[in-house]
Amino acid sequence: MSESPITPAADGTTAALRFYDEAGAHHAEHPTILGFWLYLMSDTLLFACLFATYGVLGRNYAGGPSGAELFDLQLVAVNTSLLLASSITYGFGVIEMRRKRVGSTLAWLGITGLLGAGFVGIELYEFSHLIHEGYGPQRSAFLSSFFTLVGTHGLHVTFGIVWLITLIVQVSRHGLTASNRRRIMCLSMFWHFLDVVWIGVFTFVYLMGVLR
Amino acid sequence: MSASVNGLRDVDDHAVAEQLEQHDTLHITVGGYVTGFALSVILTAIPFWLVMSNALASVGLTIFVILALAMVQIYVHMVFFLHMTSKAEGGWTWMSLIFTLVLLVIVLSGSLWIMYHLNENTMPLSPEQARKLP
Repeated sequence: MSESPITPAADGTTAALRFYDEAGAHHAEHPTILGFWLYLMSDTLLFACLFATYGVLGRNYAGGPSGAELFDLQLVAVNTSLLLASSITYGFGVIEMRRKRVGSTLAWLGITGLLGAGFVGIELYEFSHLIHEGYGPQRSAFLSSFFTLVGTHGLHVTFGIVWLITLIVQVSRHGLTASNRRRIMCLSMFWHFLDVVWIGVFTFVYLMGVLR
Repeated sequence: MSASVNGLRDVDDHAVAEQLEQHDTLHITVGGYVTGFALSVILTAIPFWLVMSNALASVGLTIFVILALAMVQIYVHMVFFLHMTSKAEGGWTWMSLIFTLVLLVIVLSGSLWIMYHLNENTMPLSPEQARKLP
């Protein structure tokens, strides 16, 4: 540690300096995982802003319906169960990946994708039902902020499913290579992160919306 | 470049080697996922039941309880599903999480507080003033 961190090139072919980090002190152990975590943190701030917007506008009904009149809690409970179940099936996929079993990893990822698709399907049904009744995002500030917050979450889940399908294709073609395992771990963080955001949505938007 | 030059590690090679081994450093077990899932189911079922059956007479108390349960559930997900520890990546994930939470609290509480007071402190329009509005 007492040496200079700047060391001349060892091969002696050039006078240029090469830089070494002897202790590895300034590098994360797993740069991709840390980088992806930082992306998730920035996404958290995006959702925080949408939650704050909903918190401010959530009671401005403009003479239209309130959450208590619109929300179907049984549908939300089914949706929540699907997303929660998909979290543990993805977890089982990660476990199988670590056991280096390609077939069962793919099976668990596939089940996760189906549960996610069910979640998005129910959400789209809810949205189309509301819009069909004339309660689209343009009806009131409450509905604008509701569609923006819940829709952004649904869009994230949709992109998660696209990523999941891509990964299933990659793993079935190339196996559980180091890159594919890293990608599965990143998507794992993304998927569980979306579940964490959904806890906020069903508590803050649906349950508290019905209580008001 | 070989992994060792004058006894020093080449950072690039080191990173590649670490990436290959990275998944084995996390402590991930079936039991952990099952425990987390069981806790999540309970922590989800209670608030839904409280709201759907109106078990608590007071709305304020119900809101307090479901918010508290949501925070516990978020913590459960962080620990059992996202495998958060204060030591992962040399503490950088932890540090960025704390930083994000601070910003989150400022954005949420600040927005709600200011907008609530803005409503309170805006002078009410009299019917006469309202009539003169363009």
